[in-house]
Amino acid sequence: MADKNIDDLKAIRSMMEQSSRFISLSGWSGVFAGIYALIAAGTAYMLFANSGTHYFETTNRTISIDLLNQLFAIGMITLVLALTTGILFSVRKSRKNNLQIWNHVTKKLLINLAVPLAMGGIFCFALFLNGSAVLIAPTTLIFYGLALLNAGKYTFPAITYLGYCQLVLGIIGLFFVGKGLLLWAIGFGVLHIIYGFYMQKKYQ
Amino acid sequence: MNVQELNKDFENRTRLGIMSSLMVNDWLSFKDLKELLNVTDGNLASHIKGLERKEYIEVKKEFIDRKPNTTYRVTQLGRMEFKKHIEILEKLIKGE
Repeated sequence: MADKNIDDLKAIRSMMEQSSRFISLSGWSGVFAGIYALIAAGTAYMLFANSGTHYFETTNRTISIDLLNQLFAIGMITLVLALTTGILFSVRKSRKNNLQIWNHVTKKLLINLAVPLAMGGIFCFALFLNGSAVLIAPTTLIFYGLALLNAGKYTFPAITYLGYCQLVLGIIGLFFVGKGLLLWAIGFGVLHIIYGFYMQKKYQ
Repeated sequence: MNVQELNKDFENRTRLGIMSSLMVNDWLSFKDLKELLNVTDGNLASHIKGLERKEYIEVKKEFIDRKPNTTYRVTQLGRMEFKKHIEILEKLIKGE
């Protein structure tokens, strides 16, 4: 009888968690996303060098349209890779724990992430059109941070700390323009890797 | 200390699951609950009926794109009773 009571309480707790938070998010997704971001930042640095700009030395921030296209392509490839890896790890984790991957919580989580991210995308496009491209890097970090804060209600609360870190980094970036690549390497690279290992250690 | 009785209405695991999920969500549809609890339609429907009869949960029926959509929410009474149930479980485990 006492065992049944303990089992019942455990079932209540796990059901409350499962029905309100997406718990199939794997720490490895963060680690891999971080590694991709660092590789991308390295590649971007090389592209700058090849086009005759030494990123950390120059104050000349005019870049050719070719280079801009290449940088944009790198960014998109990194995003797609990170998302794909994230989805794969989540599916794997949900199978392992015998959980549904697609339910009302997943939908809420994705909507809460997608709306601020889409707004951020449009905002950055407007910055680009108005000749303020230099603000794009910190702006992406700020909107990403807000998206994470927003999504924190529907997954592990720890993700909000990652959100705050991205926000701080983005705000700093707004006042020290021209360090976009470095900001991205720290925000999307280093912070993701730290967060991923932390989550992996805490929840596995 | 007088011995408090566990609420028999929450004894079943499916009912426990329905109540737990509804405690932390506003409205959940039949489909949401079915996916969460991994039970058959018939099983879920009969336990929902039972909880509804006790007025622990309330039902809202509406149409989305002409398809019926039934959603459920825990009532004030249900919330109170379920909280009490959890408290008694905790006390029993601690051996009070």
